[in-house]
Amino acid sequence: MRNRLFAVAALFESPDKIIKAADAVASQGFRKFDVNTPYPVHGMDKAMKLKPSKLGFVTLFFGLTGTAIGLILTYWTMSVDYPLVIGGKPFFALPAFIPILFELTVLLATLATVFGMFAFFFNLPHNDHPIHDTEYMKMTSYDKYGIYIESADEHFDESKIKRLFTDLGAVKIYDLAYPEKITYPIFEPKFVTFLIITFVAVSGATYLTLNKLLYITPFNWMMDQLREDVQDVSQYLPDQPSMRTPVQGTVARGFIPYPYKGINNPTEVLTNPILPTQENLNLGRKKYLSYCSPCHGNFGNGDSRLRGQFPNPPTLHSKRAREFSDGMIYHIITNGQNVMPSYESQVTREERWAIVNYIRVLQRAKNAQESDLEVAKKEFEKNAAQ
Amino acid sequence: MQHSEMNYVKKALPSNLRSIGLLLLIAGIILGLVAYFIDQPRAMFNYLISYMFLISIGVGSLFLISLEYVANADWSVPLRRVIEHLAAIIPLLFILVLPLFFSIHDLFHWSHPEAVSEDKILQGKAPYLNATFFIIRSIAAIVIWSLFYFFISRNSLKQDETKDQKLTKTNIKLSAAFIPFFAVTITVSAIDWMMSLEPHWFSTIFGVYFFAGTVVASLAAVTLFVVKLKEKEYLHPKVTNDHLFSLGALMFAFVNFWAYIAFSQYLLIWYADLPEETFWFLHRWEGSWTVFSIALIVMHFIVPYAVLLAQPAKMDMKKLKFISIWLLAAHLLDLFWLVMPNMSVHAHGYVFSWIDLVFPVFIVGFVILVFYYRANKTNLLPSGDPKLNRALDFHI
Ligand code: HEC
Repeated sequence: MRNRLFAVAALFESPDKIIKAADAVASQGFRKFDVNTPYPVHGMDKAMKLKPSKLGFVTLFFGLTGTAIGLILTYWTMSVDYPLVIGGKPFFALPAFIPILFELTVLLATLATVFGMFAFFFNLPHNDHPIHDTEYMKMTSYDKYGIYIESADEHFDESKIKRLFTDLGAVKIYDLAYPEKITYPIFEPKFVTFLIITFVAVSGATYLTLNKLLYITPFNWMMDQLREDVQDVSQYLPDQPSMRTPVQGTVARGFIPYPYKGINNPTEVLTNPILPTQENLNLGRKKYLSYCSPCHGNFGNGDSRLRGQFPNPPTLHSKRAREFSDGMIYHIITNGQNVMPSYESQVTREERWAIVNYIRVLQRAKNAQESDLEVAKKEFEKNAAQ
Repeated sequence: MQHSEMNYVKKALPSNLRSIGLLLLIAGIILGLVAYFIDQPRAMFNYLISYMFLISIGVGSLFLISLEYVANADWSVPLRRVIEHLAAIIPLLFILVLPLFFSIHDLFHWSHPEAVSEDKILQGKAPYLNATFFIIRSIAAIVIWSLFYFFISRNSLKQDETKDQKLTKTNIKLSAAFIPFFAVTITVSAIDWMMSLEPHWFSTIFGVYFFAGTVVASLAAVTLFVVKLKEKEYLHPKVTNDHLFSLGALMFAFVNFWAYIAFSQYLLIWYADLPEETFWFLHRWEGSWTVFSIALIVMHFIVPYAVLLAQPAKMDMKKLKFISIWLLAAHLLDLFWLVMPNMSVHAHGYVFSWIDLVFPVFIVGFVILVFYYRANKTNLLPSGDPKLNRALDFHI
């Protein structure tokens, strides 16, 4: 018994002919027809009188959604929920977020286009079609150009259509019937089993590669070398870590130990070994601006932008700070004080003393006296005279 | 179908186009001269902008031609003559550059020996940034462009008569050779003429930035001419909206590319926050320059992006005409934004003068005239090109 007719199809020899055929079919008022060609034929949309695809709107909508998600994500995480000062940038640092907005826009737009195509235009889960597995389909993916008109079209008339196709120069005409029953190949046990097997095989292979294969000779040669790995058990000394504790009293090269480390208020401190030369003050200024000014402000007033975000860094012009000995300030930099961390690892010994000298300059400038003005005036006159 | 080019009959461009071009050019030159005697540095900075703009259109067009050849593109063949005529600006650069050579001292801080002697950085750059080498580089660039322009366009014109397919092959080879030269010369031109205005500043992406603007400007100029010619029916009737679509799509792509590059430059400098780099942007954010900076983003990216986004807009003659004029203005603004803040009067914001409005008049007149004379001398359709038939049948 013949199944219900789905469509009448015809094959043509050349792209010119298929364009003409598509144009003729569309002009006769048929709407439910489609063209199958081995490659995209230029000018087909126009010949078939297709309206522009609506898919672009899906892309646009999801693209903008991506932008919005990116904006909310970056704003919420970086500016509201867990604000961090990074490189002195504001919490809401839009330029830094733009790459993220851009990537999310592109990601959502492309994914939505692909899935939108599947879902709306292919009618998922309906992934079978009556023209699949027909000779007609095989020929159109080989070297013929095919067109078919569905029986559901309101102008459908089998004999008239066949005549039309013949007149247009069709080389072959097919009746395409509905399959016996509608199936959903993606739900077929074979296909599902295939998916599961692929999944298990890929994840299994990955697991085995990373956890077993890499430990088998010769793949482990790269990993097993004659050296100690840090934070591992020593290969040579039983029951000992690979990293050895230095012998008591060891001093690293170029490193002078600091005797008051860890003491919060040492009764005595080191004395300043470095003279406040111009060169030295320049160094101190540079290091102060890099390491101290983010908290204590450019002139030591404690007015940095960190105010209100961190326990307020104090001014360095208080009576207390002015009465600190040089060694005490050196001590605070080296050791830290309460919430102020130690800067021992960032600033070298010489630089620390240079900073101390520079802070002295700042303090002096802020608390200038009449006599200082005299000195400054003399300096100025001397310079002017030159 | 064999001889569809036969339908094409060459029409002479209307002579009032010449009058308009001549009028604008002469007005531009006279006003420019007046400006020169009133405010010499300002006139020369403006002239530099015009010069860069003409490089963008001329050399950019030659790049578009070579792109067609190396990509073996069909669609652009019937439009190629329009592009070739715009590229005819190139040999004239030899004359256009001369006034600039005489005003190197007005333009470039590094050209003053007394400034260099006090400045360690400039001393370090002196082996590259000195007047002699500068002039050599500029001339070399024009020589290279002119040679390639001369051979490529000569072959293309010869093909109208001889229909010799081998000429296409030769041009493909020439184009492939031109593109690396183009990359280097356009970078060097951008660095020399614009980046070195602020000799302490450096940005490794600057050449690409100018390249992006160049392509946008030349595509816009080509689109404008093509749309105008098509409106007045000077092009082959089979040049359809589908051909225009490709121009629109390329313009859209390069507007995006420009934004991508401009933002990349900004982002890295903003991120690293090094004073020796940031001052350039900070200066362009000072006083009324802020308005220019924002206008640049809106004009060169946001508006053209929105206008060209939808597919139908890329084939709509009216929209294309509007957006190509718009983009040409945007490129002019871009160059203005790159060059002008380096003039000392603008140290704390833009100071208006009528002089800034004069030079675009000169540019428009110049381009129209060059196009007019070239177009009247030759075919407006490369009638001997072997790809022509296929190109005229082009559909998307
Ligand atoms: C992370 C922010 C931060 C930085 C960076 C920082 N400080 Fe401090 N500093 C503080 C805070 C907070 C205190 C107050 C600590 C306390 O509660 O005793 C402080 C205290 C001090 C004091 C003692 C002031 C007093 O009156 O007790 C000195 C001196 C000082 N800092 C110097 C420096 C110098 C020099 C540097 C650069 C090497 C520096 N600080 C870098 C946050 C900072």
